[in-house]
Amino acid sequence: MTHDHDHDHAHDEHGHHHGNDHEHPHPPQKDHDAGPMSAYEVLEEAVRSLLIEKGVTTADEIAAQIDLMDSRTPALGAKVVAKAWTDAAFKARLLADTAAALNELGIDIGTLAEFRTIENTPGVHNVVVCTLCSCYPKLLLGIPPAWYKSLAYRSRVVVDPRSVLAEFGVRVPAGTEVRVHDSTADLRYLVLPMRPAGTDHWSEERLAGIVTRDSMIGTAIPETQA
Amino acid sequence: MSAGSGRPPRFRAGESVQVAGREAVGHCRTPWYLRGHAGVIASVHGAYHDPERLAYHKPGLPLKVLYKVRFRQADLWRDYKGPANDHLEADIYEDWLGPADGKERGR
Repeated sequence: MTHDHDHDHAHDEHGHHHGNDHEHPHPPQKDHDAGPMSAYEVLEEAVRSLLIEKGVTTADEIAAQIDLMDSRTPALGAKVVAKAWTDAAFKARLLADTAAALNELGIDIGTLAEFRTIENTPGVHNVVVCTLCSCYPKLLLGIPPAWYKSLAYRSRVVVDPRSVLAEFGVRVPAGTEVRVHDSTADLRYLVLPMRPAGTDHWSEERLAGIVTRDSMIGTAIPETQA
Repeated sequence: MSAGSGRPPRFRAGESVQVAGREAVGHCRTPWYLRGHAGVIASVHGAYHDPERLAYHKPGLPLKVLYKVRFRQADLWRDYKGPANDHLEADIYEDWLGPADGKERGR
C-alpha cells in the first residue's frame, strides 16, 4: 500500500473528499497500530494475556471496565452541577456527602476513591490539580484532558495559579481567595462553579449546557453566551 | 476508606502543623514542595490504608489518619505574586505531620 493510498482511504471513511471545499494541506493521520509496538505496549499485552490465561480476569471484564469509563463524560458532571444550582437541598447533600448525592441521580462512583465537592463562592475560587500524577474524578467526568496531566499545568498552577488561570481566560479578582487543591491522596475533587447571573428562569437542562468540563476543574467559569 | 484506625487523630482542625522535611525511599504521597513547611489542619478526613505500603503489595496497615492541610501560598513560595489570602490545600497522612515549631524551612 502506498502512503498516498492510506491517506485517501482514511479521508473517505470520514466522509471527506479532496475537492472544492477541502484543499488545505495537512499531514496524514497515522493508523494507531502503525509501526512497531513500544516496550510498554508489549509489556501491557503480555501481562494482560497472562492475567486472562491464569483466570485472574477475563476479556469481558476488561471490556466492561472500558465501557464503564467511556460512559463517564463531563455531561454527567454538568447534570450534577445544574441540579445543585436549582435544588438547594440537593446542593447541601452534595457538599455534605458527594457519593450519596450522586447515588440519588443513579451515578455510582465505586469505592476506589472518595469524592468531595468544593464550592466556588464570591470569596473563594477553587482549582484542582494532582502534582504527583493525574488524580481526577474520572468516574464522574471521564478521562482527564491531556493538559491536566502535563508537567506545565501540574507545576505552574501550584506556584502561580493566577497566571495559569488567566491563560485559561479566568481572571480572579484580588479580593477573592484562589484556593489550589492538590489531590495528593484518596480524595477526588469536583468544583461546583457559581451559577451565572441572569439564569434565574433557565431550566436545569439549559443550565447543564453551560457547565463545561474545565469549570468543574476550576480552570473556567460557566458563561451565559458562548 | 475511613474504617476505624483504633487511634484517635493526633491533630484537630485549626491546629498548626509542620510537614516533615525528611526524604522518603519509594512510593510516597507527600509532595516535595510541601516538605518542611508549616500549615493549618483544615479538616480530618479519617483513617485510610497506607499508600507507602499498598504500593508494594502490602495490606496498607496500620491505617493512617489523613488530613486536609492548608498552606499560605506566600509561605510556600518566597516570591509568590498573588494576594496574601491565596492558599493551597493538600491531603497529608499523619506520620508526615508534627506540631509546628516555628522553624519553617525557607525556600
